[in-house]
Amino acid sequence: MSALTDDLPLLTVDRLGKNYGSRIGCRDVSFELYAGEVLAVVGESGSGKSTLLSLLSTQLQPTAGAIRYRMRDGSVRDVFELSQAERRFLMRTDWGFVHQDAAQGLRMAVSAGANVGERLMAVGDRHYGNIRHAALDWLGRVEIEADRIDDAPRSFSGGMRQRLQIARNLVTNPRLVFMDEPTGGLDVSVQARLLDLLRGLVADLGLSVIIVTHDLAVARLLSHRIMVMRQGRVIETGLTDQVLDDPREPYTQLLVSSVLQV
Amino acid sequence: MYVAVKGGAEAIDNAHRLLAHERRGDPAVPEIAARQIDEQLALAVDRVMAEGSLYDRDLAALAIKQARGDLIEAIFLVRAYRTTLPRFGYAEPLDTGAMAIERRVSATYKDLPGGQILGPTFDYTHRLIDFALAAEASIEPPARASDSSAVDAPRVSGLLGDEGLIERNPPGHGDAEIGDLTREPLSFPADRDLRLQNLARGDEGFLLALGYSTQRGYGRNHPFVGEIRFGEVEVEFFAEDAGFAIPMGRIQVTECEMVNQFVGSAETPPQFTRGYGLVFGQSERKAMSMSLVDRALRAREFGEEAKAPAQDEEFVLSHSDNVQSTGFVEHLKLPHYVDFQSELELVRKLRAEHAESRAEDARSPDDGDMMREAAE
Amino acid sequence: MTTLHPGYNFAYLDEQTKRMIRRAILKAVAIPGYQVPFASREMPMPYGWGTGGVQVTAAILGEGDVLKVIDQGSDDTTNAVSIRKFFEKTAGVETTTETARATVIQTRHRIPETALQEGQTIVYQVPIPEPLRFLEPRETETRTMHGLEEYGLMHVKLYEDIATHGHIATTYAYPVKVNGRYLMDPSPTPKFDNPKMDMSPALQLFGAGREKRIYAIPPYTKVVSLDFEDHPFEVNKFDKPCALCAAEGVYLDEVILDDAGGRMFVCSDTDYCETRRAEGHRGEMLGEAPAFVSREPAE
Repeated sequence: MSALTDDLPLLTVDRLGKNYGSRIGCRDVSFELYAGEVLAVVGESGSGKSTLLSLLSTQLQPTAGAIRYRMRDGSVRDVFELSQAERRFLMRTDWGFVHQDAAQGLRMAVSAGANVGERLMAVGDRHYGNIRHAALDWLGRVEIEADRIDDAPRSFSGGMRQRLQIARNLVTNPRLVFMDEPTGGLDVSVQARLLDLLRGLVADLGLSVIIVTHDLAVARLLSHRIMVMRQGRVIETGLTDQVLDDPREPYTQLLVSSVLQV
Repeated sequence: MYVAVKGGAEAIDNAHRLLAHERRGDPAVPEIAARQIDEQLALAVDRVMAEGSLYDRDLAALAIKQARGDLIEAIFLVRAYRTTLPRFGYAEPLDTGAMAIERRVSATYKDLPGGQILGPTFDYTHRLIDFALAAEASIEPPARASDSSAVDAPRVSGLLGDEGLIERNPPGHGDAEIGDLTREPLSFPADRDLRLQNLARGDEGFLLALGYSTQRGYGRNHPFVGEIRFGEVEVEFFAEDAGFAIPMGRIQVTECEMVNQFVGSAETPPQFTRGYGLVFGQSERKAMSMSLVDRALRAREFGEEAKAPAQDEEFVLSHSDNVQSTGFVEHLKLPHYVDFQSELELVRKLRAEHAESRAEDARSPDDGDMMREAAE
Repeated sequence: MTTLHPGYNFAYLDEQTKRMIRRAILKAVAIPGYQVPFASREMPMPYGWGTGGVQVTAAILGEGDVLKVIDQGSDDTTNAVSIRKFFEKTAGVETTTETARATVIQTRHRIPETALQEGQTIVYQVPIPEPLRFLEPRETETRTMHGLEEYGLMHVKLYEDIATHGHIATTYAYPVKVNGRYLMDPSPTPKFDNPKMDMSPALQLFGAGREKRIYAIPPYTKVVSLDFEDHPFEVNKFDKPCALCAAEGVYLDEVILDDAGGRMFVCSDTDYCETRRAEGHRGEMLGEAPAFVSREPAE
């Protein structure tokens, strides 16, 4: 990739909005995301952050605005104007999605190796040995023992499932990964290990990440920039340390003081 | 014996001769006439007509006789006959409001115009075997109302509708043609016209279980029986040549209108919703089950969470037909030995490999199993 | 010839229905491997017993056709007899057990050993036409997967087989890709028969009555069994030749002779086996086998 295109944002979100009938899901969200950048979207439940994530990952159709993505070939496309085939292809190659509930992102009845290998097979890899090798490699990178490769994730602990889900997403070297509360529901010690791993992977691979979380500690540890949402709108945005150390909006102040003290 | 499989034509012929013999039973016992079945096992005839999707009492009674009382087999016979019949066109919509009512009950109103009419029902009978029936019992003639004029009984849904309390029956898609699942294969998502057609010929037991499941919390929809009515309606056919609808005859149907869970939003005031059931002949169980399932299948339309089996359109519609179900389940009786042979070969091969690797393991003991990752 | 059933059209179905089915067949031929929905009729035999195949056969059968019907490779299994009789009664066409003489062959679970020729049509009875069905139960989703040619999931299944058993453990209804585009279920024929579908000079039609689908492989179309480069598709091989006719490289049925483990392997294709025996080929157990196996008249 040339330095020239690296100056361009990977993702441009322009006045994005979603209404559910008369109720507002989110409104007027604009931002740019550059390669290698991690953006945290924080807010309480009902703030619109999950709606936003569903829009960004094209699982929901917006009622207003546009999302432009710089494809691997350098062309910039409106993701909602991609054909269904293009969009599904994008989602299983250049994008990843890590769900809070690993069962939603994994095939629970299929072995760990096949879970990791599925994306490779989906894009046409037809060599069992290579697929297995790639799966072993990725299991290692997410710290899952090689001898678990033929076990189904049903037998995995919560933390392992989450790491497996990450490996399954990263095997095609995506450039953009969406994460929905990836540490939610895990024990504190397990969370710490997972966050550590994620931080390492994101830095090593130069991933762009949009992570939705209600946990400001997660945002501080992983993200470069932060967006605070309330009632469907972005109320504050900036560098993570800046926003968390010196929040401007009274709501953000409340959020920071109530959570970070714990 | 293999003869059962490879016996060929003669064995089949013999099996069918034996079947005919068994069907007749002891020749010392008088043979049952289709007419008797029609008259005395009328509800069985109703069910065969409903699920056989053909209103013909004589034929249904004969099918029951031929099927030795196996109703699904009889339904199958009727369906296979029905499919060969030429099709002239579609009847006009039935006007069940103008039904010559034999029974009509509402659970939502104590009394209502036209009244509650119990008619012939098992309800409130004590389920005691009536040994008197073992002999030929004489039957008291039924009580008849002195006023024999037809009852004017407006539908409960109409009464609710006048007040705007219940959703208007969706008008369909204007002039859009009503689907016909006997002429077009069902595809998903299916519209309500096709869903209702599917349910109307669906298996009574299957719909009963699904309807029951909604009551037990698997997709609750808070049903009230607005009205069940049973009686005769006129079937009319619009004749292109004549330019008007011609009465073709009268049929008995059971109709159930369920009044369900209300919905409302900022724009529309709250209203009850509907579930609908219509069945040939007298079958309240089927009509009620159908209306429960119809309403359950409308979950998406009302933005309700659709997680229960009864709300799962593909699941319900793909498995409701007992002719399809019984065929496919019973086809497992057909020989499968070619495929089984393949499986047999494979399992033998895998077992041999397994034994081999076990033997190898025994020769070279492992340095100790890798520790499995402990649960975090 | 038996007298035809009064009151029924030639080959049972009315002409309008036949035209509808032929339109579906034409579409299926035009898009090899694609499942065409059709308004399947109730037939006088149960769903799952070949109603799809029977409808396809009824729609293409002409008075001059010679029909062969097999089930498990054999002309005299009960269901084959029943279907053959059905067409004898309703169409009055000539029937045969000889593969080479037949113009239309309706089959369940096998492809004859005698290679099919140009001008012949083989009609397969299909229970579940959707190869992805057991991986993804929803029709709406599998339709999308076909539409977008997303077949990775099928390889996940094959991957799992190898990971668990060391082999692809699918032995029948082994998925194929037709003409480089559509993933297709070959019906529950053993994978042994898959290579016969590839570039076959005969027209191959598939009918699924209960599921209301028709699909086709036109003559000389590429049919590739799915596999991995390092775990190529293989057909099952039998250790011994047929015990009756000594044929090799054919599919064999295992026949249990007694309750002491005695068994023999004989051709699944009975017509093929009988023809070879008539030509003088002799397997090692010919003459010793019980009559129900050899089908030689019992004394």
